[in-house]
Amino acid sequence: MSSIEMDHIVKEYGDGFQAVNDVSLDIADGEFMILVGPSGCGKSTLLRMIVGLEDITSGEMRIGGARVNEKAPRDRNLSMVFQNYALYPHLSVYENIAFPLRLSKTPNDEVEKRVNQAADVLELHEHLKRKPANLSGGQRQRVAMGRAIVRDADAFLFDEPLSNLDAKLRGQMRTEIARLQRRLGITTVYVTHDQTEAMTLGDRVCVLRKGLVQQVASPRELYEQPVNLFVAGFIGSPPMNFLPASLEGTALRTPFGDIELGEERAATVRGHDVLLVGIRPEYFEDASLVDEAKKPHGATFTAQVDVTEWLGDAQYAYIPYEAPAEVAEQLKELSEELDSEQLRTQAVVSIDSTSRIREGREAEFWLDTRKIHIFDPKTGDNLTRDAEAGRRLTEMAEEDRVEQMDRERV
Amino acid sequence: MSTREKTLWIIAGILIIIYALFPIAWIISLSLKSSADISNGQFLPTALSWENYRSILVGDASELFLPALRNSFGICLIATAISSVLAMFAAYAIARIDFRGKKIILSTALAVAIFPVIAIATPLYNLWREVGLYDTWPGLILPYLSLTLPISIWTLSAFFREIPWEMEQAAQVDGATPWQAFRKVIVPLAAPGVFTTAIIAFFLAWNDFVYGITLTSTEASRPVPAALGLFSGASQFESPTGPIAAAALIVTIPVVVLVLIFQRRIVAGLTNGAVKG
Repeated sequence: MSSIEMDHIVKEYGDGFQAVNDVSLDIADGEFMILVGPSGCGKSTLLRMIVGLEDITSGEMRIGGARVNEKAPRDRNLSMVFQNYALYPHLSVYENIAFPLRLSKTPNDEVEKRVNQAADVLELHEHLKRKPANLSGGQRQRVAMGRAIVRDADAFLFDEPLSNLDAKLRGQMRTEIARLQRRLGITTVYVTHDQTEAMTLGDRVCVLRKGLVQQVASPRELYEQPVNLFVAGFIGSPPMNFLPASLEGTALRTPFGDIELGEERAATVRGHDVLLVGIRPEYFEDASLVDEAKKPHGATFTAQVDVTEWLGDAQYAYIPYEAPAEVAEQLKELSEELDSEQLRTQAVVSIDSTSRIREGREAEFWLDTRKIHIFDPKTGDNLTRDAEAGRRLTEMAEEDRVEQMDRERV
Repeated sequence: MSTREKTLWIIAGILIIIYALFPIAWIISLSLKSSADISNGQFLPTALSWENYRSILVGDASELFLPALRNSFGICLIATAISSVLAMFAAYAIARIDFRGKKIILSTALAVAIFPVIAIATPLYNLWREVGLYDTWPGLILPYLSLTLPISIWTLSAFFREIPWEMEQAAQVDGATPWQAFRKVIVPLAAPGVFTTAIIAFFLAWNDFVYGITLTSTEASRPVPAALGLFSGASQFESPTGPIAAAALIVTIPVVVLVLIFQRRIVAGLTNGAVKG
């Protein structure tokens, strides 16, 4: 078990492309750290630099306090689960799991004990004699994990381990990985582009964009206090809505009517011609279903509903709006960067599943204005971020983690 | 597929099979004819005769044929083994490592492969006599390497490219040195490819005639294809068709056996690659 420290890590390829740009990140002993970002953000490269499959152009990587920049992968004592599992097809499941032990010349009875332990944890006993080619996707995934946990590695590294599984299995394996990590209490770095995995698994999440760290925080802080437009748009599903707005006095003029900010908040956003208001879908509600006591905390507006999606436990309504050309252009760029394709400017609104709002009609919505964030469209910065509240959220998550680990140890 | 189409396919298939197998059937029939029967004007021998086989295995032609068979086996097996090992390392480097001159190596290999053998046979003859390699096993193994290496490197590098990089990286993370990763993971995975390549290399060397006839003079190193050309009939007016046919059949047998033995491995290798993981 060890901490992993990255100090101004840079990866530059021969053609001058900077895959990872000045990343500094400290991963505590026993922590579950997620590296997340759209494709091409450098998250896998960073992981491969930790494990030693990729050279570090500059900066220092320390595992358990010792510099590892020049160490070969085999000397770093880390174990890794690859995206396509990288099982050895010519070896049985047993030998696949035993492979690291065989390489370290572990005596046979010890190998047997350890492989059986790993097979117990992962319920692989009846498959030990089979070849990987005869296993299902989920079983292969478990074999790959078995190979990782069979030796006493200092840390686990996962490179999008669940992306080849179907949705149902992915959910099961996700909880399985979380349980395993808590039980073993081993430092874990997990690369994913799936934000559900990022939010549910991570003690802390590191959001990367074009090789640059955007924000490192607990999932809660990322969700509630995003540092900029990119993080706000990346975290959350359906994604946060960004509405163009301008400040008039202490009110924000948006396509959905005015939002009263109050003097204090208005002061923090003053001095910008155009602003972007970030509103999560669940900050909206069907106005007719909102409690009278809650209503004063928000604004009410009417809008034409384009499409509704009823999912049983929730319901989404899509409301198109007009955006000024420059803002529309920027929103389009942002959505492309986030690997999504937004064809028109529209807001996604989450309403109660019992709501009677129907497609093609005017409807009245209520918006909780306390939780909105306001962004500067030029720099993307979040102008209303409460750093103190964010820090508290991450501290709470840290306390939870330490407490949970202590409980596991007992 | 309609019935009409099906019958057409079957007929076409049969025609191709006849076209391909007829010469072999002819050789078999020739090898079983006695010397008086050769020009009987019909396809099948009038009476089965083992005379030709007797002549090349125990009779007067055996002095020419048996040492040649031994030479062919020895030389071809050694040449195949050396070229497989060398090609394995070369192909691995080509498939895995980015280095300057990689393209040059590949195109040179191709150039060597298409270079006409006959053009260097005579210079080699002179050179070999000078350095004392003429009419020796190494004197043939070396030129055979030039025949077999290019094609081996090409096919093997294609096979190595098929093996996912992650395999090896996983092995390295698991604690293997590069050599251990190569030996314990890459080589077993590439085994079908190595077998296929080795068989192709073996055929190339086994079938060579030009080097065999130019660079040898005695039974010390003369391979079978060259020896066949030196068969003589019972008298100078008689051509040795029968013994040549028999010898041709005998030298085909190892080739067929090789393919049959490794067929399953080759096929297994081809399907294995299709499965992810």
